[in-house]
Amino acid sequence: MLDIFDILGPVMVGPSSSHTAGAVRIGSMARTLLGQTPKKARISLHGSFAETGLGHGTDRALIAGLLGMRPDDLRIPRSFTIAREEGLEFEFQEVQLKEAHPNTAVLELESADGGRLKLQASSVGGGRIHADSLDDIAVDFTGAFNTLIIHSLDISGELAEVTRTLSGGGVNIANMSLCRSRRGGQVLMVIETDEKVPLLLREQLRRIPHVETLSYYEKEDAYGA
Amino acid sequence: MALDSMVEIIDRAEQEGLAFWQVVQAVDVEERQVTAEASMEKMRATWRAMLESDATYRGDRRTPSGLVGGDGKRMRLYTAENHTLSGGYMSEVITTALCMGESNACMRKIVAAPTAGACGVLPAVLIPLSWQDDLKEDDIARALYVAAGIGAVIGFRACISGASGGCQAEIGTASAMAAGALVHLRGGSCRQVGHAVAMALKNLMGLVCDPVAGLVEVPCVKRNVIGAVNAVSCADMALAGIESRVPVDQVIDAMGSVGQHMPVEFRETALGGLAATPFGQEVKERLQNCRASKM
Repeated sequence: MLDIFDILGPVMVGPSSSHTAGAVRIGSMARTLLGQTPKKARISLHGSFAETGLGHGTDRALIAGLLGMRPDDLRIPRSFTIAREEGLEFEFQEVQLKEAHPNTAVLELESADGGRLKLQASSVGGGRIHADSLDDIAVDFTGAFNTLIIHSLDISGELAEVTRTLSGGGVNIANMSLCRSRRGGQVLMVIETDEKVPLLLREQLRRIPHVETLSYYEKEDAYGA
Repeated sequence: MALDSMVEIIDRAEQEGLAFWQVVQAVDVEERQVTAEASMEKMRATWRAMLESDATYRGDRRTPSGLVGGDGKRMRLYTAENHTLSGGYMSEVITTALCMGESNACMRKIVAAPTAGACGVLPAVLIPLSWQDDLKEDDIARALYVAAGIGAVIGFRACISGASGGCQAEIGTASAMAAGALVHLRGGSCRQVGHAVAMALKNLMGLVCDPVAGLVEVPCVKRNVIGAVNAVSCADMALAGIESRVPVDQVIDAMGSVGQHMPVEFRETALGGLAATPFGQEVKERLQNCRASKM
């Protein structure tokens, strides 16, 4: 069912819920997953994002999101200038992806401490977004829930330990997926939760043996909160 | 319950002696696990955001394409001369719809209702009425629940984006939402809300999404006007006791079906209709050259 505040909302900077508000959310999601404002960003625009992105401010919206702005931030049109002031280097290019949604962007980010992230995400209508791949591993989440992204080693019982910790902390899992590159290799867990995951609980999760990295995307208050 | 049928909302309201807006609010409270007051406060904030967009309109803003800007101001000045054909309230409706549509195109803050491109319709009918009838914030917030409930049903049964169903799904839905809100504000029954929604959607059925150069500018800004004006006339008809012959949920389903059958050229791809005119092509080429020089 549709949230009534998705129908009457979001409160956003125009002109397009998909090409502007959705683009801010994609940028913001990438920034959160990186854990900080990036130093460098290489952004590839596909389909309608490339075709009409300039007129819709899609490029400025993506950068605004990388700077931590929300879809209703009136500074979005000036995000390029603000990025320069904050030392974020960025470049845009057009790309043709196979079987991608028409409104898709690929963001390759680098942080000051050498962290890297590659996110492919699409804007699927009304400002709602979908993460398609993370570091080239296919994923399926939307940011409409609080989302935990956990990289760990592919060891039996690892997932059980994570879910036990979450339920111990009173957090209910709404959706979950598990992907791995190869047997015994790296595993990517994407866990969407109904409740917010407090810092303490995130630290407990981080300390589970073989958990390598954990990032957390808390859904926007204006996004079906 | 879920917001997936107008008849279900109307039946539940009648059975339980509730207003339409109360049924919608109850669903929100249940779905998001919030208190009725928290839900109401969020709705009030939505209304304040609409008022803020209207109050911060400026007639000197232009979009980068140069296609949009200044028409809201032109309409406002003309209205002030008191010679309009459409009269006091309706002239204000037209003016507000233009101002909102332009503000959206100029990257100002708006409330998507149900989309950014159609953001002008609902405030266009509500803001002038709030002045004229001296409505309180909570009166409007209740009307916004009515509008949101209508939009949710249409989104569930049909579609609310131009890319999925053409302009009928965006401006058409916004118009239906606005018509229902107006009927509520003038004391109409839940059944009358349903008839206003049905009539508003029927009148705009088949409208294509054909934006010049793919921008939310031409014809989108002025389509907000037809959505708003249509909402007012349908609300008045419903309040007069005029009924839609086709039941409202069936009208919504028909709109969804028309959207599904609509050729891709008419679903926000900027390949047909006004986008395909020589003028539309010229604008597209100009912007592409501009893009090439920036990338």
